[in-house]
Amino acid sequence: MKIAFTTKGTEWDSMMDPRFGRTEFFLIYDEEHDELKPHDNRSSSNDAHGAGPKTAQVLFGLDSKVLITGNGPGGNAASVLKKARIDIYVGAGDMTVRQAWEAYKEGKLKKF
Amino acid sequence: MKEIVIISGKGGTGKTSLTASFAYLGGSDIVVADCDVDAADMHLLLQPDFARAEDFYSGELAKIHTDNCTQCGKCAEICRFDAISVIDGMHIVDSLSCEGCGYCARICPTDTIENVSMNVGKWYLSSIKTGSVMVHAKLGIGADNSGKLVAKVKNEAKRLAEETNKEYIIVDGSPGIGCPVVSSLSGASFVVLVTEPSVSGLHDLKRVYELVKKFNLKAGCIINKSDINEKVTQEIETFLREKNILHIVNLPYDEQFTKAMTNGQTIIEYDKNGLKQMIVDSWNKIKQTIN
Amino acid sequence: MKIAIASGKGGTGKTTLSVNLSAYLAEKEEVVLSDLDVEEPNSGLFINAMAVHEEEKYKMVPVWKEDQCTLCGICQEVCNFHAVIQLGEMIMVFPELCHGCYACSELCPTDALPMVPKKMGMLKHLRNDKLSFIESRLDIGEEQAVPLIKQSHEYVDEHFPDDIIRIYDSPPGTSCPVIEVTKDVDFVILVTEPTPFGLHDLKLAVETMKELKKPFGVVVNRHGIGNDEVLHYCEDEDIPVLAKIPNDRKIAVLYSEGKLIYNEVPEVKQELDKIIAYLRKLKQGGVQ
Repeated sequence: MKIAFTTKGTEWDSMMDPRFGRTEFFLIYDEEHDELKPHDNRSSSNDAHGAGPKTAQVLFGLDSKVLITGNGPGGNAASVLKKARIDIYVGAGDMTVRQAWEAYKEGKLKKF
Repeated sequence: MKEIVIISGKGGTGKTSLTASFAYLGGSDIVVADCDVDAADMHLLLQPDFARAEDFYSGELAKIHTDNCTQCGKCAEICRFDAISVIDGMHIVDSLSCEGCGYCARICPTDTIENVSMNVGKWYLSSIKTGSVMVHAKLGIGADNSGKLVAKVKNEAKRLAEETNKEYIIVDGSPGIGCPVVSSLSGASFVVLVTEPSVSGLHDLKRVYELVKKFNLKAGCIINKSDINEKVTQEIETFLREKNILHIVNLPYDEQFTKAMTNGQTIIEYDKNGLKQMIVDSWNKIKQTIN
Repeated sequence: MKIAIASGKGGTGKTTLSVNLSAYLAEKEEVVLSDLDVEEPNSGLFINAMAVHEEEKYKMVPVWKEDQCTLCGICQEVCNFHAVIQLGEMIMVFPELCHGCYACSELCPTDALPMVPKKMGMLKHLRNDKLSFIESRLDIGEEQAVPLIKQSHEYVDEHFPDDIIRIYDSPPGTSCPVIEVTKDVDFVILVTEPTPFGLHDLKLAVETMKELKKPFGVVVNRHGIGNDEVLHYCEDEDIPVLAKIPNDRKIAVLYSEGKLIYNEVPEVKQELDKIIAYLRKLKQGGVQ
C-alpha cells in the first residue's frame, strides 16, 4: 500500500506540512518496496483559487490509499478524497515524517 | 515552535492592539505576521522598517493586444462579467470587472488575448522596534483577497521562525469567515478569539468559532469592553464553557487602547495602570496553555 | 438618490450610521436601506420591521451529465478556478468555487455540463412604515459575494422608484464587493475613527473612491477620542466632513444592545441632521 504525507521537505526527517491544499510536497511511501518518493506540489499550492480540490486530484493520480496530514483538508478537497476512497489521518502537523509514520502505525492519529 | 493566531470575526474589537501587545511582550522570542492584509494596521504600533519589499502576484487578468485584434467582438459576447467594452471602436478589458476566468483568451480567433498574472500587492520583511522580525503585506485596490497572500505572509514568518529558532509566531488574523481567515488559521497551535459583548460581537464570534472547530484547533477567548454589556458578557461566558474554550480574560472598556494607538505604542508601553498587567497575565496564560 | 456607506476598516460604525440615518430619514419620507455586507449582514439586528417578502438567490453553475460525457477533459482544462475536476471516470463540480464564466459549459463538445441555478443566499424584504429594509445573506461556504450584491441591486431597482432615497450598507475594505456596491451610487459616505488605524484605512478607502471617480465625504465616528489627524487630512485633501458623531460610552452600550441611538443621544440627531442637509444640497446640485 502507498501512504501519502503532506510535507515541507523530501526526507524522513523533513517536517510535516500541516496544510493540505497548499502543502509544498507530498512524500509517498510505498510499504511493499520500502521506497519513499517525493512529489513537488508547489505549482498547485501557488494557485489563487481551488488549491484544495486541485491538490486532491494530484493525490488521486499518485495512487495512495492513505493520507497523513495536519489540519485535514477543507470541504471541497475532502469530497474529492472521499470519492477517491483515500483515508485521511490528521493531527501530525507538528511532527517529522518519521514521527508521523510511527504515530500512524501505533494508531495514535485521528481519522478525519 | 508554536503558532498563535488572533482572530475576531468582527472589526473594531481590539484584535490588532492586543496582537501588537503580545508581540511586544514576546520580545526576541517571536516572529510576528500581519495577516490582516485588507486593512493591515499593526505596523502603526510596531514600527517596522520595511527593509525588504516584494511584489505579489495572484490570479490572472485578460489583456487584449490591440495590434492583432480584428474587433470581432466574440470576447465581449461570451464575457459574463461585462468586463469587455468597446471604446472608440476598440475592445478594452476593464480590469476591475475581469474575473480572470480566461474564457475570452481561449475563444479569441486571432489569439490576441493573453492572460497576465495580476499584481495584487506587496509583501514586506521588516525589523520592528523590539528587534524582532515582522512579515506583513499590503493588498492593492480592488484586488481579490484569495487567501494566497495571507498564506505567503504566514509561510515566510514560519520559515524565518524555524531558521532562527524562535519559540512563537504571533499572527494577526484576517477578519470575516471566508478564505483569508481559513488561510490564517491553517497550521495554528492555538487560536485567540477577541470579542466584545454586543449583539453583533456574539453573532460573529459564533460564526468564526465554527471554523475553529472545523479545524480541530485549541482556542481561548478575550472579552474586550466586557463592562459595556454585562448580560451579553455572561452569554459569551456561557458559550465559552459549553464549547470548552479557555476564557482568558475580561478586559474593561478602556480608552487607553485608543490613546496608546494614537501615540504609536502598544498598550504595554503606554499604560501605567491595571490594563497592562491584565494583558501581561493573559500572555502568560496563553503561553502556559500551549506549552 | 443612491448613497453607499463604506469604510476602509471594519468596526468603525458603518452599520450604526446606516441604520440610524435610515430610520431617522424614514420618520419623514420613504427610505430603502439595503444591507450589502452579505458575508456578515448585521443591520437587521437593529431594525424592527415586518417581513414582506423572502426569496432564495441563485447563481448559475454547471452540472455534470454523465451519459453525455466523453471524458475528454476540456472542462477541467478551461476552468481557471479548479471548480471542475476530472477524477478517473468522473467529473466533479465545486459550486462554491465556480465564478459562473460558462467556459466549461459552452466549450464542452457534447453539452455534458449544462448550467443550472444553485442557491447562494437569501434576500429578505422587510418594512416598517416608511422604511423598507432589504437584507441579503450569503450562505456559509460561498466565496463569491459579488453576484449576490448584483442581484440585490436588481431587486431594489425593480421594486422601488428612482426618486426615493436608497442607502447601501457596504462591506468593509477596498476589494471587489465594495466596488460592486459603490460603482453605481451617487455619493459615498466613508465612516472613520479619528485614530491612526482609522486614518490609515480611510486613506485606502479614499484612494479607492478616487479610482472609481466617485464623489464622497467623511463622517468621523467617536469624535473626541484619538487626535485631529483625520480632520487635518480631510482639510488638506479637500474632502468634506459631513458630521462628527461624538465618542460616548452610552452609544457603545446602546449599540451592544442592538438599539438605535439617535433618539437617546441628542448630539447624534444633530449630526444626522447635518448629513441630511448635505445630501439635500447635493440632490439639488448645490454641492460640487
